Amino acid sequence: MLLSSWDRAGWDPFGEMQRLKSEMNQLLNGAGAVFSTRAYPPVNLWLGGNSVVVTAELPGLSSEDIDISIAEDTLTISGKRALAANDNQVAWRRRERPLGAFSRTIELPFRVDPDRVEARCTNGVLEVEMHRPQADLPRKIQVKTR
Amino acid sequence: MAQEITKLPTRDIARGQAAQSTRATNVYRPNSDIYEDENHVVLVTDMPGVAPGDVDVTLEQRVLTIRGRLAAERPEGYRAIYAEYGEGDYERAFTLSEDIDQDHIEASHKDGVLTLKLPKAERAKTKKIQVKAA
Repeated sequence: MLLSSWDRAGWDPFGEMQRLKSEMNQLLNGAGAVFSTRAYPPVNLWLGGNSVVVTAELPGLSSEDIDISIAEDTLTISGKRALAANDNQVAWRRRERPLGAFSRTIELPFRVDPDRVEARCTNGVLEVEMHRPQADLPRKIQVKTR
Repeated sequence: MAQEITKLPTRDIARGQAAQSTRATNVYRPNSDIYEDENHVVLVTDMPGVAPGDVDVTLEQRVLTIRGRLAAERPEGYRAIYAEYGEGDYERAFTLSEDIDQDHIEASHKDGVLTLKLPKAERAKTKKIQVKAA
């Protein structure tokens, strides 16, 4: 690649530009494909005073089936969705429900305290409530008068 | 087999028909799996956020309608800052091509998933016909 732009005529800046352009286009095309696949599970974010709630639609999964981990300001939800029936014994007429293992990392608006996390799962909706660490909270500073 | 008759776009926001819905909420078409074995047609539908008591299933002639009412439960004292899924009710209808034994339909709802086990009526089952040698 590098050699081709150092032709007999020496370095060709226009050729180089052309090459860069085509490489850039390839890169952008690839990125487009990645973003078009929807991340699973879909999440909603809710902001409170010093806490944040992430809710995710995970029908068919109970609290034991979901793994949650927290690092600094990211939350990772992972698990596996199973097929509704034994594949070999039935005839499928329609299959729309998502299937298989998933893992998703969500960036939170601030760092959270991993010791103060509450996760609940009700009717297939996961709710994770996280709080800001005490040390990160804004502190009021007394102004002294002399 | 079951034929789709719901006219709502997949998972996208669609208004419930004014004549049916008295709730000012979005209505979604829930993702469904349908499979069949020798004796049953089984319908599995994702209805995240719907409590078991808020599911309504009707079978009229051959039209099977499932509805789920969302118990909207928003985190108290929080405001939404980012949303990837919408909250609302679910509704979907299918036309069944088989005769169903209406008295023995089993419905269960767990973790936001509705499972309907529809037993095929006796006369709808495949019968093996013995061929006699003349």
